[in-house]
Amino acid sequence: MNYQWDFQTVWENFDVLWIGLIGTLKIFSVTVVLGLFGGLIVGMGRYARPIWIRGPASIFVEFFRNTPVLVQIIWFYFALPILVPINVSPFLAAVLGISLNTAAFSAEIYRGGIQSIEPGQWEAAKAIGMNYAQTMRRIILPQAIKRMLPPLTNRGIEAFKMSTLASVVAYVETLNQAKLIASLNFNPIETYSVVAFAFFVILYPLVQATYVLERMFGKSD
Amino acid sequence: MSAEAVVEVRGLVKRFGDLEVLKGIDLKVREGETVVLLGVSGSGKSTLLRCINFMETPTEGRVFESGKLVGTEKNGRMVYRERELCALRTRIGMVFQHFNLFPHMTALQNVMEGQTTVLRESREAAEKNAIEQLRRVGLEDKAFEYPARLSGGQKQRVAIARALSMNPRVMLFDEVTSALDPELVGEVLKAIRQLADEGMTMIIVTHELGFAYHVADRVLFLDGGEIIEQGPPAEILVKPETRRAKEFLEGHSLFKLPD
Repeated sequence: MNYQWDFQTVWENFDVLWIGLIGTLKIFSVTVVLGLFGGLIVGMGRYARPIWIRGPASIFVEFFRNTPVLVQIIWFYFALPILVPINVSPFLAAVLGISLNTAAFSAEIYRGGIQSIEPGQWEAAKAIGMNYAQTMRRIILPQAIKRMLPPLTNRGIEAFKMSTLASVVAYVETLNQAKLIASLNFNPIETYSVVAFAFFVILYPLVQATYVLERMFGKSD
Repeated sequence: MSAEAVVEVRGLVKRFGDLEVLKGIDLKVREGETVVLLGVSGSGKSTLLRCINFMETPTEGRVFESGKLVGTEKNGRMVYRERELCALRTRIGMVFQHFNLFPHMTALQNVMEGQTTVLRESREAAEKNAIEQLRRVGLEDKAFEYPARLSGGQKQRVAIARALSMNPRVMLFDEVTSALDPELVGEVLKAIRQLADEGMTMIIVTHELGFAYHVADRVLFLDGGEIIEQGPPAEILVKPETRRAKEFLEGHSLFKLPD
């Protein structure tokens, strides 16, 4: 081990990396909101009775769960403009790929969370005169959210890390900027080390915050 | 005891696919009466109970509550609106075998929930009544405990208080002691018996024959989806006429008839 670590050139280019971090946060905040809300809608759709809602929702989930996000982003960027006359920016392609993937996975979390509540809870609510909406809001969701929080946190973490895939279509985010610094200064090891550390520093407090939420929901145990 | 029927069912039939669980039940429950339903499992007694507050929708027949027909008739078929059934259920309390307390709420919140969310009562009024109902089942000191910290018997008594909080005209009890440890059965039966003494109208499905003997005004014997025998407990439980009822009573060897 006689490698000479040299972080100097990384710090000198930190403004380049900083622009990338902003890009990463931008794409994360959009995809996590779209993905988790989209997932809620699709998840409810898979729970619905009519086949014309349940069918498409299931196809959506299976399709986006079982194809690689990287391929989707490339496809949205290059193939979608051929099929429909719209201008697909790197940002849009990445948002589509990551949001749809997050929606597909979180849809299963919502559906599973609601289905995991014992039928007796529905019955008890019904027996005191509650309708469907009241039961969902007062009885089912408060219990289901508690169970959904850990897997939804995982989806959020995944969405954050998936943002690096946007670099494949040259969207300006952290990894894209790191590549730039590394190729100019021939210091990929140091640069990528800093990138990994930056992701950790941002994600770790976020995850800790969700633990606090879990404890708040778990006070009845 | 007035003559008005709080609950009446006529020609009640319930089918699950090809399986006919109830084969035309007629039953009238008067104000203040305690009716106990007996029968082997699968005889239809729970289904009958669940058809009265429309947890299950009857396949055929009519249900009347305080003399009023539930639902509307359209082309010879009954149509039930969700809104009407929700309102009906506030007047018919039900207690389940597995308690089904809301685990994310304290005992007090469990008993307040129906009043605030369904009856739209103020928090103050709901809380006052909830504490009163918890006192009625002897649990006012557990008001701020979550269900996870209560024993089975305590949970079931909270569930009774929750049903009572809606001020129902009739209470349905569906095998409410079957999931309890033997030493906890007594406290729940005591609470129900107290309700009977207070004049509450009740329909009870139970396997506790001694309890049925002491608390029932009338015992109904169900077999294969039909009422095969009914009358005062001293007659039905002491000298049953049908072979099926005799077999059932003999199967419950723990039940000793009082001399």
